[in-house]
Amino acid sequence: MTTLPEATTRKLGLVIDLDTCVGCHACVIACKGWNTENYGAPLSDQDPYGAAPSGTFLNRIHSYEVQPATGTAQLVHFPKSCLHCEDAPCVTVCPTGASYKRVEDGIVLVNESDCIGCGLCAWACPYGAREMDQAEGVMKKCTLCVDRIYNENLPEVDRVPACVRTCPAGARHFGDLGDPESDVSKLVATRGGMDLMPEQGTKPVNKYLPPRPRDRLDEVDVLAPLLAPVAAEPTGFLGWLDRALERL
Amino acid sequence: MHPAPSVIAFTTLSGAGFGLLFWLGLGLPAVTGWVAFVFFAIAFALAAGGLMASTFHLGHPERAWKAFSQWRSSWLSREGVCAVAALLSMGAYGAGLVFFGTRLAPLGWLGAALSLGTVFTTSMIYAQLRTVPRWQSPLTPALFITIALGGGALLAGQVTAAMALLALAGLVQLIWWRRGDRALAESATDIASATGLGRIGTVRSFAPPHTGTNYLLREMVHEVGRRHARRLRVIALALGYAVPVVLLALPFGHALAALAVVSHLAGIAASRWLFFAEAEHVVGLYYGKR
Amino acid sequence: MTHQPRLDTSPHVSDEVRRTTCYMCACRCGINVHMKGGKVAYIEGNRDHPVNRGVLCAKGSAGIMQHNAPSRLRAPLKRVGPRGSGEFEEISWDEALQIACDWLEPIRRDDPSKLAFFTGRDQSQSFTSYWAQNFGTPNYAAHGGFCSVNMAAAGIYTMGGAFWEFGQPDWDHTKLFILFGVAEDHDSNPIKMGIGRIKARGARVIGVNPIRTGYNAVADDWVGITPGTDGLFILSLVHVLMRAGKIDLDYLARYTNAPVFINGDPASPEYGLFMRDADGKPLVIDRTTGQLTAFDTPGVRPDLSATHEANGITHRPVMHLMAERYLDPQYAPEAVAARCGISPDKIRRIAAEIARVAFDEEITLDHAWTDFRGETHQTMVGRPVSFHAMRGISAHSNGFQTARALHVLQILLGTVEVPGGFRFKPPYPRPVSAHPTPHCKTTPGQPLDGPHLGYPRGPEDLALKEDGSAARIDKAFTWENPMSAHGLMHMVISNAHAGDPYRIDTLFMYMANMAWNSSMNTARVMEMLTDRDANGDYVIPHIIYSDAYSSEMVAYADLILPDTTYLERHDCISLLDRPICEADAAADAIRWPVVTPDRDVRGFQTVLVQLANKLKLPGFTTEDGTARYTDYADYMVNHERKPGIGPLIGFRGDGSDTGRGAPNPAQIDRYIENGGFFVSHIPEAAQYYKPWNRAYQDWAVGIGIFDKPQPYIFDLYAEPMRRFQLAAEGHGERQPPDHLRDRIKSTMDPLPIWYPPFEDTAIDTDEFPIHALTQRPMAMYHSWGTQNAWLRQIHGHNPLYLPTKLWQKHGFATGDWARVTSPHGEITVPVAHMAALNENTVWTWNAIGKRKGAWALSEDAPEATRGFLLNHLIHELLPPRGDGLRWSNSDPITGQAAWFDLRVKIEKATAPSEAQPGFAPIKSPVGQGPDHLAWTVGK
Repeated sequence: MTTLPEATTRKLGLVIDLDTCVGCHACVIACKGWNTENYGAPLSDQDPYGAAPSGTFLNRIHSYEVQPATGTAQLVHFPKSCLHCEDAPCVTVCPTGASYKRVEDGIVLVNESDCIGCGLCAWACPYGAREMDQAEGVMKKCTLCVDRIYNENLPEVDRVPACVRTCPAGARHFGDLGDPESDVSKLVATRGGMDLMPEQGTKPVNKYLPPRPRDRLDEVDVLAPLLAPVAAEPTGFLGWLDRALERL
Repeated sequence: MHPAPSVIAFTTLSGAGFGLLFWLGLGLPAVTGWVAFVFFAIAFALAAGGLMASTFHLGHPERAWKAFSQWRSSWLSREGVCAVAALLSMGAYGAGLVFFGTRLAPLGWLGAALSLGTVFTTSMIYAQLRTVPRWQSPLTPALFITIALGGGALLAGQVTAAMALLALAGLVQLIWWRRGDRALAESATDIASATGLGRIGTVRSFAPPHTGTNYLLREMVHEVGRRHARRLRVIALALGYAVPVVLLALPFGHALAALAVVSHLAGIAASRWLFFAEAEHVVGLYYGKR
Repeated sequence: MTHQPRLDTSPHVSDEVRRTTCYMCACRCGINVHMKGGKVAYIEGNRDHPVNRGVLCAKGSAGIMQHNAPSRLRAPLKRVGPRGSGEFEEISWDEALQIACDWLEPIRRDDPSKLAFFTGRDQSQSFTSYWAQNFGTPNYAAHGGFCSVNMAAAGIYTMGGAFWEFGQPDWDHTKLFILFGVAEDHDSNPIKMGIGRIKARGARVIGVNPIRTGYNAVADDWVGITPGTDGLFILSLVHVLMRAGKIDLDYLARYTNAPVFINGDPASPEYGLFMRDADGKPLVIDRTTGQLTAFDTPGVRPDLSATHEANGITHRPVMHLMAERYLDPQYAPEAVAARCGISPDKIRRIAAEIARVAFDEEITLDHAWTDFRGETHQTMVGRPVSFHAMRGISAHSNGFQTARALHVLQILLGTVEVPGGFRFKPPYPRPVSAHPTPHCKTTPGQPLDGPHLGYPRGPEDLALKEDGSAARIDKAFTWENPMSAHGLMHMVISNAHAGDPYRIDTLFMYMANMAWNSSMNTARVMEMLTDRDANGDYVIPHIIYSDAYSSEMVAYADLILPDTTYLERHDCISLLDRPICEADAAADAIRWPVVTPDRDVRGFQTVLVQLANKLKLPGFTTEDGTARYTDYADYMVNHERKPGIGPLIGFRGDGSDTGRGAPNPAQIDRYIENGGFFVSHIPEAAQYYKPWNRAYQDWAVGIGIFDKPQPYIFDLYAEPMRRFQLAAEGHGERQPPDHLRDRIKSTMDPLPIWYPPFEDTAIDTDEFPIHALTQRPMAMYHSWGTQNAWLRQIHGHNPLYLPTKLWQKHGFATGDWARVTSPHGEITVPVAHMAALNENTVWTWNAIGKRKGAWALSEDAPEATRGFLLNHLIHELLPPRGDGLRWSNSDPITGQAAWFDLRVKIEKATAPSEAQPGFAPIKSPVGQGPDHLAWTVGK
């Protein structure tokens, strides 16, 4: 049913730390691997060994260069997958009810057997979170690993999305963003977590932690004062050395 | 957006088809028998043919019937419902005219409303999308409806109405382009809001996620050369609106009328190609493509 | 209100999880291989594994695509067309082994040095070297010589270990982490995990790298240094820190040779060597007695400032020499700033920040420990600044001294083997004295006289023949590069082709793509491999190659021995070799066949066992010629290097012995049950100060790392280097050739120095003003990633990134191409703009470009049409100087290939149809991959 629920019991989602993401693409491939073998149709690849390989991915890492008004340019690695929006425009546009937002946890899913592959939901998503699988003709998107996070066949510690489990830098966090006491909510509060394209009115559940301020050693106001010499000459240094050793 | 031929054909043809049905539903022209049959055949061929064409771009056309279910929330679903209702009511109405020489006027009015409603719902599929600022405007339904009414009048042989409506549609088209060209820049969405990094400095896409292409780029990031677009706009304006009006102003003749119709449909097809090809989906911002 | 589809949120995940070790790169993470219906369904990190603790990188997660890659070789191949054509016929293993033996047997009988056996990215070097040693050839090494030997050797010679496999930052306690150069390619998951952990604690990262990508992108501060000047920058930091007295004097006095006296008599043949007592122990002056005393005397308080007068000569300790050298204004920030491309202020601020964290944020752990002099310390005091570097600063012709400088900086700060600093991983620390020396003496039909590779202590350990010529085909351990501890694989083909120092008969290589991305001067190497002599015979008569995949090198071999994938094989990640230990644990691991090959392929190590048995090599066969081992798994369990010490430390004897114990037939099963690895933790009191900590030394003896405790002090002053200098000054029997005398004198300084990269002095830097670098992307490993359908979508081609200054100067726009020229070659390639880049540096991703026809890709693959290698611009030799000599483009101490010394010029070019130079396609021995993938094994 493509009407959005009035409210969801929980708001499960990801918190992505742009201060820590090194852009290694581990989450991209862990996602590809898990979701090729699991939920719905495999994520197919066209021309995989040819001139124009192009496959379905539910999570992709962009890289941006940011030039501050003064100082050095910065590079930011930017993972992007479905943000499981509260006001998910992809859901309401779906003509068949294949797209839906779960009442119990807010996960936005596609019921592939109802999907006609019209692509309108991908058009409605501002984030590029949905990709039509070219082999199967159905819309694929991040499921927040709904088949992992409750999966009783997995050890409890592994009941997190594949991308979170694999992230080497620990730049991806999973939890209930509807609960202000959850670890992810606290992280968002302390680190100034932000929405992507807030003006689109989608109310994304996933949050991004902005990079911490960079290149502060280039600022005049440094953390420590510059070092004062103990002596100008090697001989003076040896004198200092002797005195210092006495004090040990 | 990718200017998919199936969708261009669909919106162009079915727009004209439902436009014709609208006029037929009003009893303009008041035809019966074989003449009515020809009119209705043309209208149904255009409207239903366009709908058929639109299913070509579906991944699973065999499940298309499921699209009728979500009329409460989805414009695409509403379009489907509206289109079927329009075709059914106009089918019954047309059957009355063709086979019984009877005009069930209230059914015609209903069918006319549904036909126009179909064009409106089609336009709302695009106009609702905040992700495509060029489309998200009341001018989009205005454009679709004036074109459908004008094209329908042309097909229905309503010369005066057609001339007026086509001129009006041309005017709406100009306004729509003028607004559309500024829409993305005037929307609050840019690469800074897309990435949230604007607070640090000027954001530039350094590298895309993958070196090759993907569905998003193919489907939603289409780049049109500015000169090419300008040329196409002139063609669309001329063929879609000006030429038919001029032709209609000439002494009436079937050949000229047919030429006007062909010119109109070609012009609208060009307009629709631009409608998609020039539409900037905000996802392109993530790829540094705007 | 709404109804949702019923969803099975607990679907079947897998029939079984088989835990083994990844081999998608050199990291050796533990992996859980989920199996469905006997097939690999999904691969994830093993949470229990000491290396990756559950996480896994893109490569590891894409293992399923590598394991099933269409580029896999299917059966042994015999060349039927000309070399380089790629024309082969499939043959049986019996025939393949017979061909190999027909070539190898006469070599071994007549002159074992006619075999050059080099094993590339081999993780079984203790085994492959054992094979080569038993065969009797001196010509063995793996790929370290063109990778990071400078870092490794400089670490061993300075402090008994370096980074990665040798040690790691104390991630739990460090407060400032400083990363030099490109480091994404080694120890990749542990460093990502470490950076994540310290960032979660709010600790800071400084990145020193001309390019701000990867780890440097997340660094809080970025130092966009000019390539090749890292050593100068580090010595300037040393200058500022020493001048301010911000060095750890107590640490230096106790644990380093800073107080050791240096013979100051210019007339002595021991000038510049340590002053020693009758037992050969280096001498210090005890502050308590004022007398010269052996450094390790119980209760001694070594003095750093005293001098010693004898016979009118003033002898001084190392600390004096260091003060004299590094307080010199030549290392002042103002003096180095322009060359380093870093402002003097920034150098001073970085020094101040290092000092602040090291000395004002000192940390203390309440763990008592006893040092080697018998003194018990109630706490462990740490200076929480840590460093890491790998290939970035190593791959220069001044890389050894630069790496030494970095190790010395850490030691001056007192951050090595202390809480918050740098920690060794067993079997390190291991001083030079605990390593073998190189061996090169061949005897027909007999094994070599000892291990090939080692750490020379002086000229007497060089691998030279009686006539002074090189004993090894790669000229390792010669005056050209005396401390080439990892050999010089990158010189083998060039030297073999030139017949310099001699001709060989068979080149036998494993997992080294020498006909493409692993060689400098790639096009010429392909010619060398196919070149024929006046008789029409190949100059290199026989080439045997083993690889699992259809790499570019395959086409250039006469005989292909197809290897398995990493999921189909036995391997051991051994403490005898390159283990996976952590700073607080000894650990090793295995690979085992979690799936059976569906092709006629065999693990390379097993093939070596079979060849050894056929050749009846000692070590592999008994006196009567009976085979000791049937395959590699048998060797892993039953081989003993010394009684009780084998490749694997876990589950020895009856299964309860660790380190030392009799072979246990059930050992591999026990490893499999345990998740494919074994860990033995170091006791708390032994976890820091390892070189001097009695508890650690005793633990190391217990586990079999040492036979007796061997505490040592760090070598700020590297005496072995001084011995080579002394020879160059005319002392001793073994004398360098005259043309190398000055270079040895100037470069083999026993205290770290900096000199400009050789290429800078050999060419006109005004004509070639731009530095050109490569980096390995985190999602690809060497050439392997390209055959991987998932990974090649991420990096299918590579632009050359240009800094803003060059971008604007040449008027480049998106989509443009550039002609890039070095003194050695020219390429025409696509360019892209990057602002966060040193303004005189261009760079690209390494090994993305591919030869048409390789890796089962279509010939129009973007890797072959837009992708490119920088290798075409780099020569294994420096430009000729007109002296008729072949001067190699490498570090003069270790011979490490100086990849990153490359200088180029750049100009805008009309876009060619394909990246240039282009090469003719090679015929694929495996066909081409399918045009569609939808990979599911379940259901």
